[in-house]
Amino acid sequence: MEKILIPLLDNDVAPRFDLATDVLIVSISRETNAMGKIEEKVVVLDHASPETMCSLAISENIQTVICAGIESEYHDYLEWKGTKVLDDICGPVDTILENYLSGKLTSGMSFYL
Amino acid sequence: MTDSIQTALTAMLPNTDSVSSLLDELPLGVAVMDPHGKLLMVNEAYETLTGVDRSRIKGLGCLHALRCDYCMKDCPVMIGWDNMQARSVDANIVNRERRKIPVRLTVSPLMDESGNASGVIETIAIRGTHTLDETATGIFGLGDLIGSSPQIKKIFSMVPSIAQTDSSVLVTGETGTGKDMLAEEIHNASDRSKGPFIKVNCGALPDTLLESELFGHNKGAFTGADHDKPGRFRLAHGGTLFLTEIGDLPLPLQVKLLSFLDDKVVYPLGGTKGFHTDVRVIVATHRDLEEMVRLKQFRQDLLYRLNVIRLHLPPLRERGDDILSLQDHFLKMFQTRFGKKVEGLSQNARTILHDYQYPGNVRELRNVIEYAVNFCDDKHIRLRHLPGYLLRDSQQTPPQLTEPPQEIPAPTTQPAAQPAKSESWEDVQRKMIIDALVQTGGKKQKAAQILGWGRSTLWRKMKHFGIE
Repeated sequence: MEKILIPLLDNDVAPRFDLATDVLIVSISRETNAMGKIEEKVVVLDHASPETMCSLAISENIQTVICAGIESEYHDYLEWKGTKVLDDICGPVDTILENYLSGKLTSGMSFYL
Repeated sequence: MTDSIQTALTAMLPNTDSVSSLLDELPLGVAVMDPHGKLLMVNEAYETLTGVDRSRIKGLGCLHALRCDYCMKDCPVMIGWDNMQARSVDANIVNRERRKIPVRLTVSPLMDESGNASGVIETIAIRGTHTLDETATGIFGLGDLIGSSPQIKKIFSMVPSIAQTDSSVLVTGETGTGKDMLAEEIHNASDRSKGPFIKVNCGALPDTLLESELFGHNKGAFTGADHDKPGRFRLAHGGTLFLTEIGDLPLPLQVKLLSFLDDKVVYPLGGTKGFHTDVRVIVATHRDLEEMVRLKQFRQDLLYRLNVIRLHLPPLRERGDDILSLQDHFLKMFQTRFGKKVEGLSQNARTILHDYQYPGNVRELRNVIEYAVNFCDDKHIRLRHLPGYLLRDSQQTPPQLTEPPQEIPAPTTQPAAQPAKSESWEDVQRKMIIDALVQTGGKKQKAAQILGWGRSTLWRKMKHFGIE
């Protein structure tokens, strides 16, 4: 099973990793390339904290973090811990998830334009 | 400043080309957006500060372009204007290079003739954050640089006066001593702090790419050059260009840099037209430039030109008690970051850290503390939490150190502590057995007597250590 974490602002990726209080955790079980099961849960943090966000990513065994703005210390920390970080991504979460699942998502993509 | 921009913009808004040219001349970042916060245009300084590609910003929400903490609080663009007054706040942004930058942010509504808001204008200027200050612990700090040793204090005291000039600065020092930070602090303390601070690593790019990166190129200058690129010198207009690893700058580019330092004009690759830019140049290197001049790897005239003000950052091993201050500073920092309650370092760990030579200087100390805090399962950082190479490289070996009785780990944590201690004791035992066997010409009975053990004990230990 693959797990990804996306900091949220309403239905979009939050502009800042360190300031988001809502976090979407998506668990993906792929049966084939085209078929699979997706489970989503939203975790609400009591206050925005990049350290808490990193701890959450580690404790939830997240494989990929998808976010917009993230400071290098948190980016490097997550990568060091083996979590892939796709950053500088902005747009509605559903569109981003669709692109991720089809293997098209890369850092620096914007889905507003 | 904002009022004058607003007046000029309101008058010229229908003519976007004029507005764009005007905005590009300003040293502070400017964004023009519709009343709902969708971007219409941004200037060159905004592009430099945020790292956003301005050819792709039209229609993008300003919070996604700027990534400012104020966007999440009570920015009137997001929650609506309760009065039509401009607002200025201290805020911070996270740019595309993953750096958090403190800024002074001003948002102001643009009014049409009938008094309705027809748009919003936003300006961002980098805040000069740091001045020479003394913390409660008596440690001098300049921005992120910390130290109280005489050499460091001297550098800190020189920074304000150096910052007030536009002379080139050469920062030297071993790797990890904080050359980049010092350059940034000089910029922050200067009148150019509202302008961009642009860093280029001269050793990180191949020659041709570096030339295009620094001086820009014109469309068609080479295969793949499908648009004009301004280059870092032009992007740093009104600010500071920091060239790190200047010793790695190829000779042809050294000539071009020398020419720029003479006339302050940049000639893009493939172009004949020069552009005047107002940029202060700070360079840094860990190499011995004088030696490179002797070896004809660095131009002597460029060295003279750059060597107007020279600052040398001493290696950490020569900074005395700064090691302790930095140790405590990093400990506090990583403790907060990782959410761990680590009270301090054990005496042995302190001794090892104090006596270590730190070839990687402050950066290495920072990494060591980060490692230790990560692996610390106790209230104190002990030898077993430090990276193994520190113990191997240290002049002193663990058996020579004494652990104070009050710091002996609790029984529950002892199993984790044992491997490090027994490992060194095992080494000693193995050596003792081999010495005794050599002394007795391989006679186990006599060797056991020398060691004060029974024969069976010696055989058991020999079997355990694999000594035949």
